[in-house]
Parts: sequence; structure tokens; C-alpha cells
Amino acid sequence: MRDVAVVSFAQLPNVRSEDKRNEVEMLMPVISEAIEGSGIPRKEIGFTVSGSCDYLVGAPFSFVTGLDAVGAWPPIQESHVEMDGAWALYEAWVRLQHGDLDSALVYSFGKSSLGPLRDIMVLQLDPYCVAPLWPDSISVAALQARAWLESGHEESEMAEVAARSRRDAKANPMAQLSEERDPATLLEEPYLVSPLRRHDCPPLSDGAAAMILAAGDLAREVCERPAWISGLDHRIEAHGLGVRDLTTSPSTALAGRHAGGTDVEVAELHAPFTHQEPILREALELGPQVTVNPSGGALAANAMMVAGLTRIGEAARRIIDGSATRSLGHATSGPCLQQNLVCVMEAR
Amino acid sequence: MSDTDTVEPVRSIRAPARLEYRFTAGAAQSRFLRHLVEGKILAQRCPQCGKVYVSPRGACAADGVATREEVEVADRGTVTTFCVVNVKFAQQVLTIPYVSATILLDGADIGLMHLIQEVEADQVHMGMRVEAVWSPPEERGPTLESIRYFRPTGEPDAAYESYREYV
Amino acid sequence: MAETCAVVGIGQTKYSATRGDVSIPGLLREAASRALEDAGCGWTDIDAVVIGKAPDMFEGVVMPELYLADALGAVGKPMMRVHTAGSVGGSTALVAASLVQAGIHRRVLTVAFEKQSESEAMWALSRPLPFAPPTLAGAGGYFAPLIRAYIRRSNAPDHVGIMVGVKDRENALRNPYAHLHIEDISFEMVAESAMLWDPIRYLETCPSSDGACAMVVADEAAGDRSPHPPAWIHGTAMRSEPTMFAGRDAVNPRAGRDCVADLYRQGGITDPRRQIDMAEIYVPFSWYEPMWMENLGFAADGEGWKMTDDGSTSFQGDLPINPSGGVLSSNPIGASGMIRFAEAALQVRGQAGEHQVDGARLALGHAYGGGSQFFAMWLVGAEKP
Repeated sequence: MRDVAVVSFAQLPNVRSEDKRNEVEMLMPVISEAIEGSGIPRKEIGFTVSGSCDYLVGAPFSFVTGLDAVGAWPPIQESHVEMDGAWALYEAWVRLQHGDLDSALVYSFGKSSLGPLRDIMVLQLDPYCVAPLWPDSISVAALQARAWLESGHEESEMAEVAARSRRDAKANPMAQLSEERDPATLLEEPYLVSPLRRHDCPPLSDGAAAMILAAGDLAREVCERPAWISGLDHRIEAHGLGVRDLTTSPSTALAGRHAGGTDVEVAELHAPFTHQEPILREALELGPQVTVNPSGGALAANAMMVAGLTRIGEAARRIIDGSATRSLGHATSGPCLQQNLVCVMEAR
Repeated sequence: MSDTDTVEPVRSIRAPARLEYRFTAGAAQSRFLRHLVEGKILAQRCPQCGKVYVSPRGACAADGVATREEVEVADRGTVTTFCVVNVKFAQQVLTIPYVSATILLDGADIGLMHLIQEVEADQVHMGMRVEAVWSPPEERGPTLESIRYFRPTGEPDAAYESYREYV
Repeated sequence: MAETCAVVGIGQTKYSATRGDVSIPGLLREAASRALEDAGCGWTDIDAVVIGKAPDMFEGVVMPELYLADALGAVGKPMMRVHTAGSVGGSTALVAASLVQAGIHRRVLTVAFEKQSESEAMWALSRPLPFAPPTLAGAGGYFAPLIRAYIRRSNAPDHVGIMVGVKDRENALRNPYAHLHIEDISFEMVAESAMLWDPIRYLETCPSSDGACAMVVADEAAGDRSPHPPAWIHGTAMRSEPTMFAGRDAVNPRAGRDCVADLYRQGGITDPRRQIDMAEIYVPFSWYEPMWMENLGFAADGEGWKMTDDGSTSFQGDLPINPSGGVLSSNPIGASGMIRFAEAALQVRGQAGEHQVDGARLALGHAYGGGSQFFAMWLVGAEKP
């Protein structure tokens, strides 16, 4: 494969409600920051691809206005996935493998504040047999948490994940939710949807992120320590919750194996619910020596369609700033970790 | 044979969904909408290409830069192109036929979509000069509906060359 | 450079207003199974699945790749979902091809679909915007003013739009999958149909269809072994420009011109009118045929309508356009672009049946979307590039 690296990443601070800025006004500064951070002139970027979801905005073609933030004139080579930005990154990485283009802009945006997110996510489910019953997204995650607990785990493990994530988030200015809490006191809180307590769930976030990829010599030229992508893969599982073993994540394991996700120092895992982090850790065979979610992860900031790309951006940042030599970024999509992407990066 | 061959197939179910959203107008559009209450049309000029955008969206889409300089444009302009809508559809509030037109306001560099009334649909034409008919001040709100519609001014038509690049 | 790749399997559903006999997954499987059969391969031979469709609101299923993973045999594989407005069917095919061109996969299944009968597409497209008067009435309300501007620029006679409406419906009679089969279609019938969005008449617009289209895109080795002749991909291109900016030419957009220039460069095309044998282009309103003839470089500016008028674009003409009947005869929105790409491939494979263009060796597939701002195209040939 051709050598491709993340050379720049920018994100907005995650907030509960960006009610002053529309999507274009949110994207403009973050895209500009990523481009300027890369040192590649805007008009020389070869490929652009974004990820977003119309149903978050409540309007069709919401990505079309997002394009206004790019400066797509003269016309550009551009594409869009109705998926988390991590899959936009995947499309860009694939496109750069063709060899005729050397750089790509990847961005995504999502505002959870505009509509009833718990209900919107119901429309991801089987439209004939499941969605009409309106099982909201937290209840669906609770089904998985229950299955995982029954397989031999304790609620205290979930509280530990919550406490550690929010504590680590205190060092992340982009995080929305950060606090110092004792896991034991967290367990005294009431259930939101049993067995999930409020702290087991992600915050509702508005956010946007942008990333610049560069290939070969261009990456070396514009970045002192590019985060070289050594492996990138994604896999999907069956949709029906009843046909899956919800206590494991075989698609993550498969993607991790194909991406060569071993020997990493840092892993940013897209686990919006506390019980999902240990499921992902096990699937990726991450030992205790691996630092997981130093940014606070999706439990500290969870802008839909952005949080996955942000995991990869955070993992890349640790290569670029010299604090790690090999890192892993993970993104998930769908109910109960149905679809998963693993991106392994390293310094060279 | 089994019952599966004789059972009446289920061909559809009704699964109603209701989702309520809030809309974020954004900074630039909010200022534009607030000015409509005053009977003014606020536009923004791109710092790079100098073009004047109305309604302003806070960005010059061609350059991908923020537009901050505000300028007022006239509430009259030229019909650059239009369509006569004769089609009925759900939730339609206007009676057909009605004319929906792209209007290049004097001082602007991009057309604004609005209705043309006080004239028969078959009399509307490209190059026609039109002016805004505002709602009375007490009925205005932060919406483009504060302009009820545009109507012909009676001025001579604008020359095709003067607007052909704005279609 | 990108790896050589080919279309080795194509499958389409019957297009109709309501495919009440199948569910959404059933609709996709119908197309996908036919594509696999055509390619002579099974589900396990597929390495990845790429789907595309227009807005999720058309069926009310959010990110439907999740729900469709099982039905498309994607479990344990990479699966993606593309959405680039009306051009999405084309863009989806390009993303699938890109995976093979990048050397990542050997065989990729790509499917685009729309099941408009399960929701109200007109509603989804004309949802009133806050703070704005309700001026728009569906896509026709957006495109009619642009068509009017084209007519003014080119001084095209009124009957050209009607001719396209007749021609594409006549072509559809030779395509068993087409939605509209109007046996007694005539100039008078189109001319006398209701003026919906003046200057667009009812029979100058596309229908609203259910349907899916699928293709198997394969690498060179798999192409060489395919049981039926492959359609070799000679070029792929996509371009986008913003919807609205001062001075934008939305009638003859630069994104389209740049896109096709890139395509012709890749395919070594210097005289498209002579070198290309046929094209399937995205014509949702009749006047878009002459408009795209100019944008695609088949005719000089202002002259596109003459190609329709003199019969050049007819089934017997020197550059048949949309022998399948086009979008005017079948319009499952998200799939409409992929159908164009697939029909171009069918032609160079010699598999278009009754609507086969004699001697089609090199063909163009074209899709556009949004406010004429997103373009996706490919060039396919009977010979290897």
C-alpha cells in the first residue's frame, strides 16, 4: 500500500448546544484550522470527503450546505458518506492509494441538540419489525450492558470506566464532560435505564472535526512527525440484536486483525457506553499496558458522526506530538457496536 | 402444500414517526432576519472576491471564507429567471398557479428566491423589474415572509446582458 | 496508477411506482442476486459491499446499511454507504470501483436503491424551510428556472423538450425493466400534458419509482475470467461545486465540464462525439438532454438542442442517448445514477437486449445531483484500457 499519514487534525470544543452557529459557521473555522495546520494550500488539496447524517438535522441533503465551508471553487473532487467521519477517512485513504492525488481533507459534523436523538436512532433499526416498537437508543444499549454483565462482569467495572474517562477529560479542552468522581459513589446513583446509570451514557454533544491526510513525500514535507497509517480496516456484523452475541465484538476483532492493531501504546476507542469499552478492549486484545481513551473518549464528548473521526484524530495527535510511536483509533456505528473501524498509526 | 402458499401476504404496515427539531439559523442569517423586521435587506460582502451575498449565510461558498462586512441592498431588483408552479402537493399553502422567481436585488451579486404577484403568471418575464411588498411593520417577524411578495415596478425591463451572468 | 478494473455483473429490478411485493431488503437482493448470477459468483466471492441512496427520509430508515448488512451478505465484510444527492448512484459505483482500483479488493458488490413508495419523497424534497416563504414545489420548482434560462440562452424551440419526452418513452418500450411503458406515446400526448412547472410539462418529468440496481466490480484477473464479457473501466471522475455563490453558472456548471474533461483525459478522448458510441445521462427533466450535450462537450454552447432536433440522440442516431429510456422512464432516485452507469456497461458488454446499440464499444455513464453541483461519471469500454 501507498504510505499515507494524518498530518493535521482540528476539532471544535464539544458543547451541549451550538445554538448560535449553523453547520457552515461551525465547519468554517475547524476546516480552516486543519488546512492551515497542514501547511498545504487549500486549493491544492486533492480530494475532499465528509460524513454526516440528515436525520440529525431533520432535513435532507444537510451535507450540501456543509460544502459551503470548504471553498469548493474551482470545482473539487468530493464525496460524502452518510456515516461517521471515520468512514469518510477510509474513503479518502482508499482514494489516495490510486496514486494520482497526494492529499485529502476529511471532515464531519453533527449536532445532537437539534432533535430527539434517542428517538432518531430508533430509525436505524429494522423498519418493519423493530423500529415501530420505538426501542430508544439507551434502552438498546442497556440490553447489551445487561448481556455483558450476565456474562460475568460487575457494574463497578462500568463505573471505573466512567470515572477514569471523565477524569482524563479534564486535560482535554475539547471535552464537554469532565469531573473527578469516585467510582463507588457513582454506583449510588439511580438507574437511567437499568443497568445503565446516567454516567454510563455519553453526553449529548454538538461538534465538528476536520483532518488532513497526505501521502509519501508530501506528508514528510509538511509534517515533522506524520502519523503514518499502517493499517485501516472496517467490518460490519448482522443487524438483528437477537442473532448476535452482544457480549463480544467480532467485527472489531476482525478489523483489528486486518489493520494489524497490535503493540500500540495508546488506543482511542469509540465506546459511547461504559460497558462497550471492555468489550472493545477484549476484541482488540489490548493489554493493561495500553493507555485507553486519554482524551476521555465518547463518554466525555459524543458529537454524532464526529466522535469516531475524533478518536482517530486524537490517536494521530499523539504520534504527531511525539508522545507515542504507535497508536490505534477506533470508530463504531449502529446499535450495540454493529459496525467497527480500526485505524493503526505509527511514527517512522 | 403448506399454508405459506395460501396465506394473504402482508404488503404494507403503517409506522408513523414524529420527530421535532429546532433549527439553528446561525449568526449571519439571524442578523439578516432581524433586519427584515426593520424593513431592511442586509447582505454580506466576501473579503476575497468582493461579491455581495443575500441572503447572507456567513460564508462565501466559492472561497470558503467568513463574510463579515455587512451592506444593505435595495428591496427592488430584476427577475433573472422564474417558474410558474402549477403542481399541487401536500402541505401547499399557495394557490396555483403561482410564480416563483430568482430576483437579483440591486446591489447584490446573487439572486434571491421569492414570489411574484399582482401580475398574471403569463405576464411575468425575464428582465422584469420588481419591488418588495412588505407586510405592515406590526406583522413583520424575523422571516423572509415579512416580504409578502414582489410586484412589477413598471420600469423598463433590464437588458439581458445586465443579468445573464446571475442566472 | 490505479489498478485496471471492470464491471463483471449487473442486476436490475423491475422499476415501478410501488414494489409492494418486496420489502426494502427484498428489493436490494433482487438486484444483487441478479448481478452475482451475471458475474458467475456467489456471496462469498464478494470482498466488500458499497450501497448508495438518496436521503434517508425517502424511506425513513436512518443509515440503512446497518439494517441491510444481512440481506446483502455483508456480515464480516467492509460495508459503506454513500450519499451525494442525485448523483449518488454514480458516486456509489465510483467508490466501489475505487476500492478495486486501489488494489484493496478483488470483487466489490455495489447496490443503489430507492423505495419511494414507503415514504413521501415530494414531502421530503419540499419540506418548508424555517424563515422562508414556501416558494419551492419539489425538484421541478428548482430546475424549471434553469431550463428557462437555457432556452433563453440557446434560443431553442419549444418542441425540443417535448421530443426528448417522446424519445425516451419510446426507448423505454424496448427495456423490460423500465417503469413507464406508454405504448401510445406521441408528440401530441407530451405537448398536451399539463404544464406543471412552466416550462416543464408533466410528461417532460421523471416518474417516482421503486427499484434497485447492482453491479459487481472486479479486478483485472477476475475480469479476465468472467463468464460474460466485462465492461472495462476507462475512466472515473467526480466533481463538486457549491450550490450558491455569486456568479455561478447553474445552467452549464463548471463542475460538469471539469468532470468530463478529466474523464476524457483518462480515456484519451479528443473528439467525444466521434469516439464515444453512446451515453446514458441523467435527464430528470427533458430539457436536460440538450443542456448536458453542451456540458459534456458533445455539442458547442447553445447547440445542444440541435442534436435532439436532428435525431442524433435517438436510438438510430449517431450518438444514442438513454436507449434504456433514461430517468424520464424510471426514477428510483438513489439508484437512477447507478442505472446510467450500469446501462452504459450493459451496452459495451453487448447485453442490452432489445435496446442494444449496434457496435457500442465505448460508452459514457453520467449522474448529477443537488443544484446541478455534484457530478459523477465513468467511461466504459469493450476493450481493456
